[in-house]
Amino acid sequence: MKKFWALFFWFWPLVALYVCLIAPSRGWWFPSEPLSTLGHQIDGLFYLILIIVTVTFVGTQAALGYALWKGATKGSSQKAWFSHGSHKLEIIWTIVPAFVLVFISLTQLDVLADIRVLSKFPDSVQNSPVAEVMARQFEWRIRYPKPGTKLMNEPQPGDLYFVNEVHVPAAVPTMINLRTQDVQHAFFAPRLRVKQDAVPGLIIPVWFEIEKAGEYELLCAELCGWGHYKMKARIIADSQKGVDEYLTRLELEQNEDGVADAEASAE
Amino acid sequence: MATITPALDTHDHSHDHAHGHHEQTFIQKYVFSTDHKVIGIQFLITTILMLMVGGALALAVRWQLAFPWESMPLIGRVFGLFHGEGGQISPEFYTMLFTMHASVMIFLVIIPVLAGAFGNFLIPLQIGADDMAFPVLNMLSYWFMWPAIFCFGVSFVASGPTAGPGNGWTSYPVLSDLAAAAPSSGAAQTWWLFGLTLVGVSSMMGSVNYMTTIINMRAPGMTLFRMPLTIWSMFITAILQAFALPVLTAAGFMLVFDRLSELLPTTIHSVFFVPAGIIVNNAAPTVGGGQPLLWQHLFWFYSHPAVYIMLLPAMGMVSDMLACMSRKPVFGYKPMVYSMAAIAGLGFIVWGHHMFTSGMNPALGMTFMTSTMMIALPSAIKVFNWIGTIWDGNIQFNAVFLNCAAFVALFIVGGLSGIFMAAVPVDIYFHDTYFIVAHFHYVLFGATLFGVFAGIQFWFPKMFGRMMNDKVAKVHFVLTFIGMNGTFFPMHLLGIAGMPRRYADPYLHGYLEHLLPMNQFMTISAIIMGFAQFLLLGNFFYSIFRGQKAGRNPWGANGLEWSAPSPPGHGNFDVPPVCYRGPYEYSSPEAEALGQDFILQTTAPPAGVQRVAVHH
Repeated sequence: MKKFWALFFWFWPLVALYVCLIAPSRGWWFPSEPLSTLGHQIDGLFYLILIIVTVTFVGTQAALGYALWKGATKGSSQKAWFSHGSHKLEIIWTIVPAFVLVFISLTQLDVLADIRVLSKFPDSVQNSPVAEVMARQFEWRIRYPKPGTKLMNEPQPGDLYFVNEVHVPAAVPTMINLRTQDVQHAFFAPRLRVKQDAVPGLIIPVWFEIEKAGEYELLCAELCGWGHYKMKARIIADSQKGVDEYLTRLELEQNEDGVADAEASAE
Repeated sequence: MATITPALDTHDHSHDHAHGHHEQTFIQKYVFSTDHKVIGIQFLITTILMLMVGGALALAVRWQLAFPWESMPLIGRVFGLFHGEGGQISPEFYTMLFTMHASVMIFLVIIPVLAGAFGNFLIPLQIGADDMAFPVLNMLSYWFMWPAIFCFGVSFVASGPTAGPGNGWTSYPVLSDLAAAAPSSGAAQTWWLFGLTLVGVSSMMGSVNYMTTIINMRAPGMTLFRMPLTIWSMFITAILQAFALPVLTAAGFMLVFDRLSELLPTTIHSVFFVPAGIIVNNAAPTVGGGQPLLWQHLFWFYSHPAVYIMLLPAMGMVSDMLACMSRKPVFGYKPMVYSMAAIAGLGFIVWGHHMFTSGMNPALGMTFMTSTMMIALPSAIKVFNWIGTIWDGNIQFNAVFLNCAAFVALFIVGGLSGIFMAAVPVDIYFHDTYFIVAHFHYVLFGATLFGVFAGIQFWFPKMFGRMMNDKVAKVHFVLTFIGMNGTFFPMHLLGIAGMPRRYADPYLHGYLEHLLPMNQFMTISAIIMGFAQFLLLGNFFYSIFRGQKAGRNPWGANGLEWSAPSPPGHGNFDVPPVCYRGPYEYSSPEAEALGQDFILQTTAPPAGVQRVAVHH
């Protein structure tokens, strides 16, 4: 029975590893490859940490299992190893993990700066948000500036509005201004690896570069009330031309007063 | 404290106490008792019962995630709350479920079971004192739990039976601040805050007591570095608690003032957390100049250290039990102490890692990332030392040991998954997904609760003079271990797949639809795990009355508590203890000379050996 317990503590990490190993083929992994430039960097860091963590996991669980196995196979007449520890070992297992942790920490800094530090944002997006994304319970309200003008923090006459659909150009850096009208929300685009809280009272610039045209999920990642789960929206990345056409169409629709149609149908 | 001379005084004193012959009524003895052991057991039984409440809430959460919008057992039909909806719960009810699951588990189970139950029971016994420094304060710390439980209880129904507090245990404003923001943000939220504050009052009374007791009331010879690691962990936890808690209490009152400002005189009309111009649910725009991030800073300034309050005592207890069950000294006693101190110290400067996506200054994010990475270091040192403690030991494979080994094995998982979240860019993806849910359950359930299960089993004979059944405890261990991993391990994968937490129905989003079968598997595992706790409950209560009788020292352990009778009478020790050595001298040559593999801290060295008068 003693050996059973030692094997038990060897066995479950193997199951855990196996599950992780088959996970990507079963769809239990990232929803897709990262589809933004920053996403690639984030995933790269994830896999770096994953390797370090897996090695540590295997090493420590194997050592724990081995210590149990040693105890299980020890004759009851044999005495335990009387030891209060080892200064040398303590130094080794303090310094080695310290270096690894500092190393991990340092590898993160540049990417973090690229994502968050305003002055590190690509020049082309500095101070030129394409849209304002205003979260509210439980939808996303998008405000574009009137084509040919700049987005202002305060709504302007001629601004274009739409709900739950953000149109942005693909293959170029894009910046949006994130706000909330009521409680806290978070802008989460899983395939783009973008997440940023929308904080009441703040305007937070968020930038990303979507690599290919297409549709990407946008959801809320900060508890915002009973309907938190249903803040479902889309980010639609298109060529600059496509976005311009969309905005022109939107402007037409928004300024449509119905009169032209009435005249047309009267004739 | 380090010399033997004061022993005579202590002797007389505890003698008086133990045989004082003042008759106690039943109520004085078992209800409003000032005896630390009774208070500890009161805390223990209360928290075990609350564990079942919190577990039931968790199972309801799991039900919804596995079988969304299907008739919920019990809540849906029997209680008739959602009879009109065919038993289908409402989304706001779901937000209440996870909010109260977390609140109950954190504030009414984990914190009080470690500090309240084990801290109370063990501190005087392990340091050789006859009781706590402030027995009445100690009694109050328990009895302040009940108003807290009452407030949490009222909060379930204060805004109607289907709208309990539902803003998460973190209760971020503005959602938790403006009553119009959600059905759960009305009176329920206020009652919840009162409950939280009262738990804080209880904890604070406890921690003041623990610090004083540990500093002042150690038995002769019990130097700081002869204290069991349990005592070190309780001491460090008490310090953390005492310095972090006031911040939460203050934040709680600020939120209460914000919320009640319409009822209170205008002089304390506050808007600490509400900026101007917020329009919630078409209510009038708010007037103010508050800052919601302030709450996050204040809340996490307490609640991150609180994470260690929920872990450190278990670390100390497990160190004690692993040494005993491996019949070996703790490997690296001083590094263990220093690493706990380091965890506590660093614990004060890492709170910002909860706010990596909050929009705070990125320079702060970098600082918090580095400090958070560094807090993994003392945790790693502890893991290595635990493995070193087991290494080449004479392992007793009983339920105590198995639960402790599980503590180490699962803490490794929880620690390693933390590294992903400490790294800000990676955390940006994982923040508020199931990855974090996996992480903290591995730490709080995998580590702390398994440590608690072991601790209950280990100190049970000292509490009740009887043993718990080892076979039943092993079945409980296996079922809980399998159920635990089956429930929480897949959560890592859900997190990687991008499933956000706190979603009543994640499958609304196409990219999460295929995760339903996995969630069903997890729910089945959770049900197994939940029902396995009845084995613990049954074993616990049955053994109180029918367990095999135990002597003073059934495990052959070294601590002072094992020199007292089981259970110890009022005043604890029949022979006032004098401490002659460290707590982990298992298999030492000194012990061998006595023909055994342990040597009680109270065993006097052979005549002529002057070890006691060493000043540290």
